[in-house]
Amino acid sequence: MVGAVLRRLLQSTLVLLVVSFISFLVFRFVGDPVTGLLGQDSSQADRLSIRRALGLDDNFAVQFARFVDHGIHGDFGLSYRLQEPVLPLVLSRLPATLELVLLSAVIAIVLGFAIGCYCAAHPNRVSAKLVLAASLIGISLPTFVLGLALIYIFSVELRWLPSSGRSVTEFAGYKTSLLSSSGWRSIILPAFALALFQISTISRLVRSEMLSVMQSEYIRFARARGLSESRIFVNALRNILVPTINIVAVNIGGLIAYSVVTETIFQWPGMGFLFIQSVDFADIPVLSTYLVLISCIFLLLNLVADLLSMIIDPRLRLVR
Amino acid sequence: MKRFLVVTAALIVSWPEGSAVNADSSQNVLRWTSQGDALTLDPHAQNEAPTIAMSGSIYERLVNRDPALNLIPELATEWKVVEPNTWQFQLRQGVKFHGGEDFTADDVVFSIQRAKAESSNFKEQVESIAEVVVIDDYTIQIVTTGPNPILPNELTSVFIMDRGWSETNGANIPQDYSVNEETFAVKHSNGTGPFILESRVVDELTVLNANPNWWGKAVRPGNIDRLEYRPIKNSATRVAALLAGEVDFVLDPPLQDLNRIDATESLSVQTVPQIRTIFFGMDMASAELRSSDVKGRNPFADLRVRQAMNLALDREAIKAIIMDGMSFTAGIVTSPGVHGYTAELDSNEPFGLEKAKTLLAEAGYPTGFSVRLDCPNDRYINDAAICEAAVAMYAKIGVNISLEAVSKALHFPKVQDKQTDFYLLGWGVPTLDSLYAFQYLLEGSGSWNATGYNNDRVNEITSLISTEVDQMKRDTLIAEAWAIVKAEAPYIPIHHQVLAWAMSDRLTFPIAADDIPRFAYAELH
Repeated sequence: MVGAVLRRLLQSTLVLLVVSFISFLVFRFVGDPVTGLLGQDSSQADRLSIRRALGLDDNFAVQFARFVDHGIHGDFGLSYRLQEPVLPLVLSRLPATLELVLLSAVIAIVLGFAIGCYCAAHPNRVSAKLVLAASLIGISLPTFVLGLALIYIFSVELRWLPSSGRSVTEFAGYKTSLLSSSGWRSIILPAFALALFQISTISRLVRSEMLSVMQSEYIRFARARGLSESRIFVNALRNILVPTINIVAVNIGGLIAYSVVTETIFQWPGMGFLFIQSVDFADIPVLSTYLVLISCIFLLLNLVADLLSMIIDPRLRLVR
Repeated sequence: MKRFLVVTAALIVSWPEGSAVNADSSQNVLRWTSQGDALTLDPHAQNEAPTIAMSGSIYERLVNRDPALNLIPELATEWKVVEPNTWQFQLRQGVKFHGGEDFTADDVVFSIQRAKAESSNFKEQVESIAEVVVIDDYTIQIVTTGPNPILPNELTSVFIMDRGWSETNGANIPQDYSVNEETFAVKHSNGTGPFILESRVVDELTVLNANPNWWGKAVRPGNIDRLEYRPIKNSATRVAALLAGEVDFVLDPPLQDLNRIDATESLSVQTVPQIRTIFFGMDMASAELRSSDVKGRNPFADLRVRQAMNLALDREAIKAIIMDGMSFTAGIVTSPGVHGYTAELDSNEPFGLEKAKTLLAEAGYPTGFSVRLDCPNDRYINDAAICEAAVAMYAKIGVNISLEAVSKALHFPKVQDKQTDFYLLGWGVPTLDSLYAFQYLLEGSGSWNATGYNNDRVNEITSLISTEVDQMKRDTLIAEAWAIVKAEAPYIPIHHQVLAWAMSDRLTFPIAADDIPRFAYAELH
């Protein structure tokens, strides 16, 4: 098992290098940050001198080598937009995104499994069919439409919840939304908007996995032995955990990616929001740091999913 | 289960109210929002409207403008030309910085020097200044390299910082990008202005409190005790926050929602023509266009083609359909409110397809030609939609346009590097004087003049009006230059943007055409 983990870590380093290389390639097409930095009054000479100061005139290989070298030493440069060091800036936005993603992952997993199991247990009930149809809406409705609809219903019309922003309390030097009522009020709408798509996919996945497992030989045998229906259901559930966990892990990564849209609509000061604003400004240091960090998170999630699978399903430990 | 619910409910109720903001209810608290936060608190680092709005609440200039954009005294009480090259400013006495330091002539010397630094964004505004001479603690003379009739206009962009505070904190110059260190003044501030920074989290919340010792309390109508600024990037969310009563003032409501906001009880909308004109530019100087099927010659070099392009653009249709009526069609590339603008210049020959076709045929392009139009898609109101409409309009006279609408970060370098045949651009004039438009857009060497327009007389007038102190003579020159430009049509003016502010009825706040909110004029009831 230790060997497997080490092997994964080695692969991860390679993946990180490739990601930063590709992101670097792509950023050459994001645009020129110099206009944003200098304003419209700047002269040609000013633009040349700042290009030189930022090293934008060096060739691609030199720029990339410098980025990797500085990155290894923990120096990701200064944001063009905010004139702040990038790493602390991106990390300071991490808790907001993690809280949002964590809460919506919990919502998605709990509701997704509940709905999926319900529909699998009573496949012929009208209510199950209705829920199934509704989940299609959850899959097809774009996040920004859903987000705005939630804002108009709960903030403008009912005035129950704030329309945007993040309310925080400080706890041991750490700012969190999860320790105060106003914090919870501010996180509910974005978390739910972010979770809806995942609720739909997870519930549909759980339902179809359960339905196929329930038809397998060993379930029939269990029934023949006279085990109670609920006991059988729990056994079946255990058998669908491995495929589901892998997909859920990837989906949580997806939550982080989707959070870019959700955070923009709700003015949620997380990493995704920072990313969007940096794209507008062609703030390349922030963009590349964000992508490297997000790939780290994805790699970590996949590693955790693999380990969990090995724990849940002993058969996987024997492979390799 | 029931017990669980009760316990949970009790927990929620007894929990502390989060949020850093807990204002005293007897205070006049103005909560406001706009799309983008100030980039920095350093008053010389970014020449960008949101940043200037924030700096302008904390710092002051020698000369400022009121909401009607008239020049008014701020840290200077009076000013006059004493010699052709020299302006004398009398400084306000008894003014203190937020940190308690006295404001004196030395701070002006320091601030102008700081604005002249390599890394400053306001170099252009102080470029003409050769020397600042201190006569006494409250009198200075500014010596310019030549006579400068608009120095007071230019000084409205230059904020005054305290020398002692800046030097102690190592903030002698604005952010230098070749050094990987953050400047102290980016997150800290020490001005003389009406508001003092209490706290700031970028992109989240900035809180300013009224300066109890501010000199201007008696002469400005405002009564705001506390300003809470929360940027909201998404325009629909911004409107929702206003409708939900979470903010009192939205600086940049989307045009399509104005009617809805105005129809809402307790909310109102103010509009004014903005100091920003939107236009197309045509490269008339290159030997051959980069993107055209016409080789060996440049269609835009022919005046008749440029006139045809002006005639074939249906400005009224753009106004009615794309802008929802929220624009003023334009005949020149500068806006009402700018010195030198006249209503007569700002008119066009009526839209006429037949005449345009005839002109094109006379110029030798009876079947038209093809060209690429470069357009930003995230900078001006409906910028990409305007370009799409123009593509359809020009197709009617045979000019086949391929549209390239991209982000401003990609678009602006094309214009600045003069690598575009045909492009959309918008231009504002912070000095409110035609000189600015000539220097950047019409002078042959203008840094944003990608048309290649290079008229000797216009170039000459540009340099003349930058030093002519006789107002009468200067106005005649400006009018002459505009007439030449109008006849030669290097640009196709489209419209002046409309500026709209939305606010709660509790608030009285005069709109300013330069889109800078001056909170010293805001009153809450």
